[in-house]
Amino acid sequence: MLHIVVCVKQVPDSREIRIDPKTNTLIRQGVPAIVNYFDLNGLEEALSLKDRFGARVTVVSMGPPSADKALKQCVSMGADEGVLVSDRAFAGADTLATSYVIALTVQKVEEVWGPVDMVFCGKQTLDGDTGQVGPGVACRLDLEQLTYVEKIEQLDEKRREIVVHRHLEDGIERVKAKLPVLMTAVAELNKPRRASLPGVLRAAEYKPIVWTTNDFANLDRAQIGLKGSPTIVGKTWVPEQKKIDTQMIGLDKGIESAATDLIGQLFSTELPAKLGWA
Amino acid sequence: MADAHFNAIVVGAGPAGSAAALTMAEAGLKVALIERGEFPGAKNVFGGVLYRKQIEDLIPEFWKEAPLERAIVEQRMWLLGNDSVAKFGHRNERYLDPPNCWTGLRVKFDQWFAGKAEKAGALPIYETVVTELIRENGRVVGVRTDREDGDLRADVVIVADGVNSLLGKALGAHQEWMPDQVSLAVKEMIALPKEKIQDRFNLEGDEGCTIEFIGQTAGMAGLGFLYTNQDTLSLGVGVMVSDLKKHHIKPYEVLDSIKQHPMIRRLIQGGEVKEYSGHLIPEGGFDALPPLSGDGWMLVGDAAQMVNAVHREGTNLAMLSGRLAGLTAIKAHQQGSFSAGMLKSYDDTIRASIVFKDLKKYRGMHSLMRDVDSELLFNKLPQALNDAVYQMLLVDGVTKKEKQKSAIKLLRSVAGGNMDLLRLGLKGWRAMNG
Ligand SMILES: Cc1cc2nc3c(=O)[nH]c(=O)nc-3n(C[C@H](O)[C@H](O)[C@H](O)COP(=O)(O)OP(=O)(O)OC[C@H]3O[C@@H](n4cnc5c(N)ncnc54)[C@H](O)[C@@H]3O)c2cc1C
Ligand SMILES: Cc1cc2nc3c(=O)[nH]c(=O)nc-3n(C[C@H](O)[C@H](O)[C@H](O)COP(=O)(O)OP(=O)(O)OC[C@H]3O[C@@H](n4cnc5c(N)ncnc54)[C@H](O)[C@@H]3O)c2cc1C
Repeated sequence: MLHIVVCVKQVPDSREIRIDPKTNTLIRQGVPAIVNYFDLNGLEEALSLKDRFGARVTVVSMGPPSADKALKQCVSMGADEGVLVSDRAFAGADTLATSYVIALTVQKVEEVWGPVDMVFCGKQTLDGDTGQVGPGVACRLDLEQLTYVEKIEQLDEKRREIVVHRHLEDGIERVKAKLPVLMTAVAELNKPRRASLPGVLRAAEYKPIVWTTNDFANLDRAQIGLKGSPTIVGKTWVPEQKKIDTQMIGLDKGIESAATDLIGQLFSTELPAKLGWA
Repeated sequence: MADAHFNAIVVGAGPAGSAAALTMAEAGLKVALIERGEFPGAKNVFGGVLYRKQIEDLIPEFWKEAPLERAIVEQRMWLLGNDSVAKFGHRNERYLDPPNCWTGLRVKFDQWFAGKAEKAGALPIYETVVTELIRENGRVVGVRTDREDGDLRADVVIVADGVNSLLGKALGAHQEWMPDQVSLAVKEMIALPKEKIQDRFNLEGDEGCTIEFIGQTAGMAGLGFLYTNQDTLSLGVGVMVSDLKKHHIKPYEVLDSIKQHPMIRRLIQGGEVKEYSGHLIPEGGFDALPPLSGDGWMLVGDAAQMVNAVHREGTNLAMLSGRLAGLTAIKAHQQGSFSAGMLKSYDDTIRASIVFKDLKKYRGMHSLMRDVDSELLFNKLPQALNDAVYQMLLVDGVTKKEKQKSAIKLLRSVAGGNMDLLRLGLKGWRAMNG
């Protein structure tokens, strides 16, 4: 049976994020935590492979104890097991240290539940936004690396081959690769499912497995947490908002007329052509 | 169908539902708490003031950990005239230790309160809408939800789905509310620095104050409120739906004009509106109480119209009814029967409680509001009272006796004559002492 690992990160809900105008940093306090959008696309793909071929889906996340909520959500959608890698010593990690710990975690997942055929990551996170962790994990584990996957065209279990479409700026790249692979998911890949009621019930009682530094035999403490993170943030700033011309359309002629008006204006721009609507 | 079987399903994680779930879970019952919001409180709206007594009965000394805003030391009642106000109020240091009530925000409070039920063992099922009750042979045996494989069964379903209670209506427990049985309230959260709030309302530290006001609601039956939170104010107004229909006025228009009133304007000046919301308030009172239980079900909180509008008590009655329903379910579980006859003892405990007795006391309020011209009660009278006080305090060479005479004359003419003024007074008294 296929064994798929999905890496998820709990991030502050970007819809609710505000920036402190004085310090120019994110105000994280009081912002609800959600599963990074693209990671849910990764999970959905793993689950639909599970539906089609049968698979074991293990979700892993590095984060604070409160990230167990993210793992429970994944279990409610259909993941078999959720592992939370959590320890004060992991805190303050940059992408180098994060990919190190995630790679070790995938190895340990293999030790516990058997060889891994695929690893899914999101293309990037809503908060850190670097898109480096996926490729970092692939390098460290020496996996074939398929980034920005928008479609899995074919999976041949016997020949252990996969054909995917990569979403690039100037087109789509069709790639064939040998398992095991690491894929990073884009939003176009699928629409994450809503958990069924039995799923929600299972998740409500589910306790994610927690691994701390003590659970990793060959952990190099110099490579984790703040100590293992050479990234230095020189400066952060908020880009100036571009001034956009705003025009108010009155409702005096009724909603329908306003809507027609809006559509007319929209189609007089280049946007529909760019989006392939026109 | 989920194969799990529960002792009880609670629909709605508002104050009523969470109180019921907490009570039952603490006694070891297997409880599912279903809420349509992303989390409990996500979209819930109230004024609002939370009272100590009924929460304390569930969670001793909860105020040491619960997310509360300010402990209310002063309550003011304002009668607004056009450009004036006549005030009553009471402030007392004894309201501080222990506090009598607090302002609170539902987003935080409901989440915390439901969390207590979760910790006691109730299973949270959120972002899930109960679409209907499952009935077999006239008996409620579970609920259907909007999720895949979404049926869930239980010995008893506690319906705590709020004022609009679609499930209560489906049970035939009550009909669609009449427009004179509900108010539509709108509310704004206005952010202001802490120090400004403390200065403007004469408060220290975590002390808080509430203001309710009558008048200036365009001649419609309505009540306004302005409450102090830590660094926001809650300003709102609730207006009887039948009057809104009659006058073709939208509630936010009333709120907008109240914000311009000289007595309100200065209190909210410089504040930033952070949030806008609306919600119904049940106002039918005693005579609108539906049957409270049946075969396999009980109805609690707003879903049963348990609001004492005169004292703006709703959350506390919701929690009390939730707890009493929970206790009944525990007893039923011990005796192994959830029949209509067994659950009837919930009705009996409600009858013996303040829910029933307080609503009974104000039984006449609803018909008073329905029968007496709103324009008279909510505009002419408050205005006349303001004018009368103005004249009494104005030193203009007119004798006090003359002033008193013309003040009484003014009130009498507004009410439509001596007898009508007397009758109105009596009606009012009876309405408050049903
Ligand atoms: C300039 C800068 C400053 C930062 N400052 C801070 C800070 O002050 N405090 C702070 O807490 N963080 C900070 N971070 C964030 C932190 O370094 C990153 O969140 C973390 O290293 C992961 O990188 P990323 O979020 O860019 O993930 P990406 O590389 O964008 O993530 C890609 C994918 O990798 C996987 N993944 C990423 N992280 C995890 C994880 N933890 N567990 C499981 N899977 C994962 C997910 O599938 C994700 O979709 C900062 C990042 C940058 C770039
Ligand atoms: C403007 C305003 C001011 C108020 N001020 C005060 C005050 O100061 N003090 C006071 O004590 N009371 C006040 N009240 C009254 C008080 O808010 C209510 O009495 C109280 O909230 C009732 O609690 P409840 O649990 O019965 O219902 P609700 O609080 O309405 O909770 C019902 C819950 O059920 C959920 N739900 C509904 N249908 C479904 C479904 N089909 N499936 C799943 N979930 C569902 C809802 O999302 C909600 O969380 C005020 C009300 C309003 C509108």
